[in-house]
Amino acid sequence: MSLLEIENLSLTISATPILKGVDLAIAAGEVVGLVGESGSGKSMTALTIMRLLPHLARAKGRVAFDGIDILGASEDQMCALRGDDIGMVFQEPMTALNPVKTIGEQVAEGIRWHTKAGRAEAEERARKILDRVGLPEAKFPLSRYPHELSGGQRQRVVIAIACALKPKLLIADEPTTALDVVLQAQILDLLRDLVSENRMGLLLISHDLAVVTEMADRLTILRRGEVTEAGDTARTLSEQSHPYTRELALASMHVPARPKPHPAGSAKPLLEVESVGRDYPGRRKSLIRPAQPIRAVDDVSLTIEPAQSVALVGRSGCGKSTLARMILALDKPTAGTIRFRGEPITGKPESALRPARRDMQVVFQDPYGSFDPRQKVEKLVAEPLHLLEKQPTKAERREMVAHALHEVGLGPRDMDKYPHEFSGGQRQRLSIARAIITRPKLVVADEPVSALDVSIRAQILDLFAELNQKLGIAYLFITHDLTVARAMADEVLVMHEGKIVERGPAADVLDHPRSEAAQALVAAAPDLHRAIARKMQEQG
Amino acid sequence: MTAYLLKRIIIAALTLVLASMVVFAVMEILPGDPARLMLGMNASADQIEVLRNQMGLNAPLVLRYLHWAAGLLSLDFGRSYTYSVPVVDLVRERIAVSLPLALIALALSTIIAIPVGVFSASRQGRAGDTLAMGAAQLGVAVPNFWFALMLIYLFAVWLHLVPAGGFPGWSAGIWAALKSLLLPAVALALPQAAILARVARSALIEVLNEDYIRTARAKGLPYRAVLWRHALRNAMIPVLTILGLQFAFLLAGTIIIENVFYLPGLGRLIFQAITQRDLIVVESIVMLLVTAVILINLLVDFSYAIVDPRLRAIPGKVRSGFPSGIAPKQILRAVQRFRETRNRSRGRQ
Repeated sequence: MSLLEIENLSLTISATPILKGVDLAIAAGEVVGLVGESGSGKSMTALTIMRLLPHLARAKGRVAFDGIDILGASEDQMCALRGDDIGMVFQEPMTALNPVKTIGEQVAEGIRWHTKAGRAEAEERARKILDRVGLPEAKFPLSRYPHELSGGQRQRVVIAIACALKPKLLIADEPTTALDVVLQAQILDLLRDLVSENRMGLLLISHDLAVVTEMADRLTILRRGEVTEAGDTARTLSEQSHPYTRELALASMHVPARPKPHPAGSAKPLLEVESVGRDYPGRRKSLIRPAQPIRAVDDVSLTIEPAQSVALVGRSGCGKSTLARMILALDKPTAGTIRFRGEPITGKPESALRPARRDMQVVFQDPYGSFDPRQKVEKLVAEPLHLLEKQPTKAERREMVAHALHEVGLGPRDMDKYPHEFSGGQRQRLSIARAIITRPKLVVADEPVSALDVSIRAQILDLFAELNQKLGIAYLFITHDLTVARAMADEVLVMHEGKIVERGPAADVLDHPRSEAAQALVAAAPDLHRAIARKMQEQG
Repeated sequence: MTAYLLKRIIIAALTLVLASMVVFAVMEILPGDPARLMLGMNASADQIEVLRNQMGLNAPLVLRYLHWAAGLLSLDFGRSYTYSVPVVDLVRERIAVSLPLALIALALSTIIAIPVGVFSASRQGRAGDTLAMGAAQLGVAVPNFWFALMLIYLFAVWLHLVPAGGFPGWSAGIWAALKSLLLPAVALALPQAAILARVARSALIEVLNEDYIRTARAKGLPYRAVLWRHALRNAMIPVLTILGLQFAFLLAGTIIIENVFYLPGLGRLIFQAITQRDLIVVESIVMLLVTAVILINLLVDFSYAIVDPRLRAIPGKVRSGFPSGIAPKQILRAVQRFRETRNRSRGRQ
């Protein structure tokens, strides 16, 4: 008998169907991957198992865990299961921990609650599990607060909380999506080890097919609340018998067609960054001595030529976003100069920056957060037009917005809609339309596709490639995702602790990384081809 | 932590000095010669000149400020022009009424507001919440003197449980004194509690949507435990901010209630002093209140640091009166909400 059996599970939230007849089973010691795009019902399936659904949700069907009928269990029974026999790890480690309680308190709390252990005993056990997840006492005493830890360390604490009582089932909902690839590989290793140590069942939820393929024994693919395919990982992905499975696999390996890669060193550079540095005031350790500044960007030089596409890759916190902000003249470097079309943009007043701002636009990671929800698309997309020398008339403005929307694959009728009426991918199209409306020469894209589903991501990458060909826009992609760099960039720069440690043509750097930082990134990056090959060997 | 506290203390001290200058300057600008006021209309110019010299009114401005400030530090506020007694004695008598009144009212308001806020937040949108928030809306809208009259009618006139007004003094026994402060404290506390309950509710609802609440639930804690152990402390920052504002208000803004209950408090003293142009009393009380407000804000700042460990860690990041790094927008929103509800209630008065 399986540890967890879900049969014909249907879920509605205030009459909207979310899940339709979902079947899923997990045995002890087994890793099952639940894959699907956003809104497919992955998280709701997990929350149903935990019975932590929103108020208006109604679940039908059968969910049995270890012989207990979950949907019929009382709240007291559920409290006894949660955190003891079923643990859960969430997506966003930065906000998953209570900021006003120490990590010791938070790990020990569940232990005390379930085992009725005393404070000292619970803290001892908390200490053990924190050691186990890689947070040794010397550096991470129980008295640490969450804000003193990085994202990856916080996720380890969340895993410690979930695994403190050796649960029979662990549910991990996008546990590594918010982390960079190196941290992702570490956390996945940890989860794998915990599974084999305790013969735990693991339900791994992810939109990332490569991650799930590396981890899971079996796969369940969810689309719009329905299971489209389920089976052994290797067979499911090698045969790809279901069209949706093939679609997902193709989308996650998608490389846009870029007929003529841009030859380097041919033209006058568009952007020149010359030994730029940026210091931030550090934390004061004593009242007398001044604080040591933190060097976020250290002696960085780079050039981008017209129509060239450059990717700046590195782990989170390596200084790539700070560098991007300086290039966009949103932050002042403490050393060095930045020249755009030969003109220095450092140390200039805002009024003198207008031509540069017009020709240099930005696309952010989060299409939800970068639009004012109360403004219509016409106004949002037309925003950069105030940078033009001659202000367009109202009719001209509408014409320009319509044209920009057309270029990103949206219609003129979308002009009068509000941002919430669009899907995530469409919103990212809107932000690209906003970026290209002034016909810029350079677009800086900060993790432009990492919040998007794989199929949408493929479309957006295609759009970037197309605009590059059609309009001759140069790109600076800021990303920790090497597949984006591989797909989009002529040249790749690897940044590590504020410095550029490696640079070269994309294929060279990504296939034969020389620096340690680049090697770590390449080794940790999940790769679907590799993962399928490995699974094929394991599962025969 | 120490750096944070030190910084707050220094800022508070500087604010105090600045405030004293402003108070002194305003009093200098105001028309009315205290010497003439004391001697009456029939005094001769010579007599007034003599008294002015005696009172040190002819000395240069800076010297007079320093003299006055030094006096404040040694609790010598000067003599009241109209009562001809040391201001410090006048004030001390009145504080003995106003401070306990404010403290009791504040305690009552907190004791009522927090459980109501928690209750409402945990039943968001359900009948209990609607009922509690309806009552709170009523509490905000109804002027406190009307509450006071109703309370007098019910408990003093009808039930004879407490006196209808007046203050026997602490010498009459603690119980007798407390009894006469009870009704005014309740009348003051109810509208404050109504505002505080609304702030507590909205702060809690915001916190209950946070990810770490879900983490706590996934640990197996029942909803109630999550609410009290995890949510409440995180919702305290806006609540503390409002509490600080309310205490300052309760200390000085109680003139109406003091009049309804015929209490010899600070509010009435300052009112009388203004009508009688007893500038030195006005000046002293204003200075006293300014000090109280600054001290309360300091206290609130300290309590932020106790509630939120992130504040202890980043001394460099504290600017203005609000702790940044934690959600200052949450505080600003709470203050804004507080002002809105208060203004609405004032509009109806």
